[in-house]
Amino acid sequence: MSASRRDFIRITSLSAAGLIFGGQYVHSAVKALRQEGIGGSSDPLRTPTYCEVCFWQCAGWVHKNEEGKIKKITGNDDDPNCNGRLCPRGTGGVGMYYDEDRLKTPLIRVTGKDGKQTFKEVSWDEAFDFIAEKLQKIKKEHGPECTALFTHGSGGHYWGDLLKAFGSGNIAAPSYSQCRGPREVAFIATFGDGLNSPEPLDIRDTRCLVLIGSHLGENMHNGQVQEMSDAIDNGASIITVDPRYSTAASKSKFWLPIKPATDIALLLSWIREIINNEWYDKKYVEQYTYGFEELKNYVQPFTPEWAYGITTIKPDQIRETAREMANAAPSVIIHPGRHVTWYGDDTQRLRAVAILNALLGSWGRRGGFYIPDKMGLPAYPHPPFPKPSRTWREAMGGKYKLADLALASGVCDATIPSPELDCNIKGWIVNGTNLIMTLPDQKKTIDAINNLDLLVVVDTMPMEITGYADVVLPECTYLERWDDLRVAQGRNPSIALRMPATEPKYNSKPAYWMAKEVSKRLGLEEYFGWDTFEEKLDWQLKQVGSSLEEMKRLGVKNLPREYGNLFFEEGEDVDFYTNTGKIELYSTAFEAEGFDPFPVYTPHTEPPAGYYHLNYGRAPMHTFSRTANNPNLTDLMDENTVWVNPKVAKEWGIKNGEPVYLQNQDGVVSDFQVKVRVTERIRFDSVYIVHGFGHADKKLSRAYGKGVSDSQLITRVLMDPVMGGTGMRGNFVTFRFEKESEVKS
Amino acid sequence: MRYAMAIDTKKCVGCSDCVVACQTENDVPIGYCRDWIVEITDGTYPQLETEIRSERCNHCDNAPCVRCCPTGASHYEAGGIVTVTHNKCIGCGACIVSCPYDARYSHPEGYVDKCTFCLHRIKKGQQPACVEVCPTKCMYFGDLDDPNSDVSNVLKKRKHKTLIPEAGTKPHVYYLI
Repeated sequence: MSASRRDFIRITSLSAAGLIFGGQYVHSAVKALRQEGIGGSSDPLRTPTYCEVCFWQCAGWVHKNEEGKIKKITGNDDDPNCNGRLCPRGTGGVGMYYDEDRLKTPLIRVTGKDGKQTFKEVSWDEAFDFIAEKLQKIKKEHGPECTALFTHGSGGHYWGDLLKAFGSGNIAAPSYSQCRGPREVAFIATFGDGLNSPEPLDIRDTRCLVLIGSHLGENMHNGQVQEMSDAIDNGASIITVDPRYSTAASKSKFWLPIKPATDIALLLSWIREIINNEWYDKKYVEQYTYGFEELKNYVQPFTPEWAYGITTIKPDQIRETAREMANAAPSVIIHPGRHVTWYGDDTQRLRAVAILNALLGSWGRRGGFYIPDKMGLPAYPHPPFPKPSRTWREAMGGKYKLADLALASGVCDATIPSPELDCNIKGWIVNGTNLIMTLPDQKKTIDAINNLDLLVVVDTMPMEITGYADVVLPECTYLERWDDLRVAQGRNPSIALRMPATEPKYNSKPAYWMAKEVSKRLGLEEYFGWDTFEEKLDWQLKQVGSSLEEMKRLGVKNLPREYGNLFFEEGEDVDFYTNTGKIELYSTAFEAEGFDPFPVYTPHTEPPAGYYHLNYGRAPMHTFSRTANNPNLTDLMDENTVWVNPKVAKEWGIKNGEPVYLQNQDGVVSDFQVKVRVTERIRFDSVYIVHGFGHADKKLSRAYGKGVSDSQLITRVLMDPVMGGTGMRGNFVTFRFEKESEVKS
Repeated sequence: MRYAMAIDTKKCVGCSDCVVACQTENDVPIGYCRDWIVEITDGTYPQLETEIRSERCNHCDNAPCVRCCPTGASHYEAGGIVTVTHNKCIGCGACIVSCPYDARYSHPEGYVDKCTFCLHRIKKGQQPACVEVCPTKCMYFGDLDDPNSDVSNVLKKRKHKTLIPEAGTKPHVYYLI
């Protein structure tokens, strides 16, 4: 009776939560705001916001000069996500507003007399009428469930509500199956709880931080970067496992330059060392965990010598670092990472990370993982959403049942007709995510788009995806609009307000207004029952004892915890939301679904001769591909480089700064050239590029043709059988000095 | 009073937040900057060391830019801060050439511009914009003559260096190493 398993029920209920977008479930019921508002802003030139340049959503203040022009954005001192300090992207958020390449007016695709597909500028009414008519046609011919939303950003709330009201449950964020999904599933399977965002890591109090392929400091997950700095101040040791000498590695006591794709072997060996040397937290393991003896037996073959042959990390280093972690325990964090869709066995790798944390007793302990708290905010009243008659899951043939949120790649797959699967999605709304760059395998994404009856793109910028749209809706930037409140999890619950600092530029509009306007044309306006967005926010805030007036003044409100202590009490009785009620070292949920109950190391494909592992990552001043045209941030970094070890450069006769094309294992050659950065900071079997460059859309005047796009070269996708994550690190590249076309000419 | 800054290379991640915060605070035009990031790697794989520094005008005691300025536009303010009076500057560029740190640039409006330690903010009791924004809190600013200031305290505790000391400029930006 597998359906009655606690874990499975939880995951299923999470899936339902996922349909309400975001999927972050709440630990406690609705809370009253108890703090009295004091202080805050009385400065008329300052308005509150929370940042939309990345998902960390730091709260800040938008400052205007005497002429009423937006001048700068600073952090809100009361915000637990940023502590008054925005990252470079948040500080440079002004560039989103001033970017002259912004989308300026609604557009509809037309075929001209010359047969060429072009866009024409239309009124908002024309755009909405067109969308409504197409949606009604899809509803009539295929059913309302044949529509889907892809979202990364605040506008997803309103389009999600619109689609749910329409009768569709296909609401997906690439931040799940292309990013953190495997981590969530692995931690739910082990501890009964996912991590969500911001991750509940007590980095500031840790004594040992272990980063596996996570490059904090280059990914500016603001609160975590701040706490890593605090930890350095407090004398914590950092262990970095990365084929590249990252910024974090340069701050580390130990850098383990691991051979790519072998992390599970290292983790298994660490687990064995910690068990065999009896360095694990015996009391914790005995009281809280399930399957220890089986785990002990299972890991016996995985000696450091065994792992050395696979990972190239010397046995002594494996022992020494295991000891370092054990000495710090339980104030140790084996960091779960964030973008973890690498090799297709990612959920199992993250299971190994979770198991290691469990053995060291760091879950629920100071300097390890804290227990987060988050406020429940009631939704503005609306009729119940109809139950969709089917979703993308039905097209998956029973796969990926453990996925707790919708898979963006799954929705994409369910759009391409195939003989094996019953795929029927006909209409997409894409809000704030450049799917061409975001989803791996661009050809497949374009195949899916070619099977659509309607593609609506809502964005502030003309990204590659807008080129494929039937209708383009220009959204105003976060500095020009109201949005739903930010409800963040953390050591304490907090909420933050975003209000417009200025009128929208050009003919751009907020997404909530667009969704409401479309709802009117579909007869669904009762789902958007408020007259103004201020009215909606004020109603919600009053349900929890605050008001819009108060939040305009404060920007951020911190609330008392309602969900018990931050950490477990010594010996406290804890019921984990797993099948056994314990921390599952041995996963009964995985076993029931036919997956390995312990993580298994499987060798991955090696690069062919003359090819190198294509590794990619982030630069601190950019978010994905969305900031590549921001004038302030482009000024800091306007193109990526490809990092190449000097030995490799010598073999190829490549000089530092020389432009090259990259060609992948499937013969795909990059659209543009990228300059080589010859550096000792990378292994000889790998190259590295920062993601988000190599834009092919000429409308992005600063970003067009600058650097190379890793997304274009990721054509080999390694699917995670457990939850459908799309592993993207199984691609290899070689250098090309000219393109085929250039050779011919 | 002697203003100074100390920057912790062990904490700086080179994110450039100081650069963009300075640009928006001081209306520095896109394409120019008053502060910048330097990253230096020593060693060969896998024995490596990387030092990351946020650099800017060193507000030297013995500033060549002040000495060579023909109009007196470059001058010392109270607390040893070196600034340029824009309307006295003729844009000759002598100071740009004389600075061993390459800390000055020619503003498109015809004068030379550089870091002021955010003098306008200090006067209001605030920290320079770069110090206030830094996510790693790697910068310390204050009065060296005050033994209890942040900068005095951290220089007492930590090993530090200045850049190009052999130039004899007596810089007042210190790097904790």
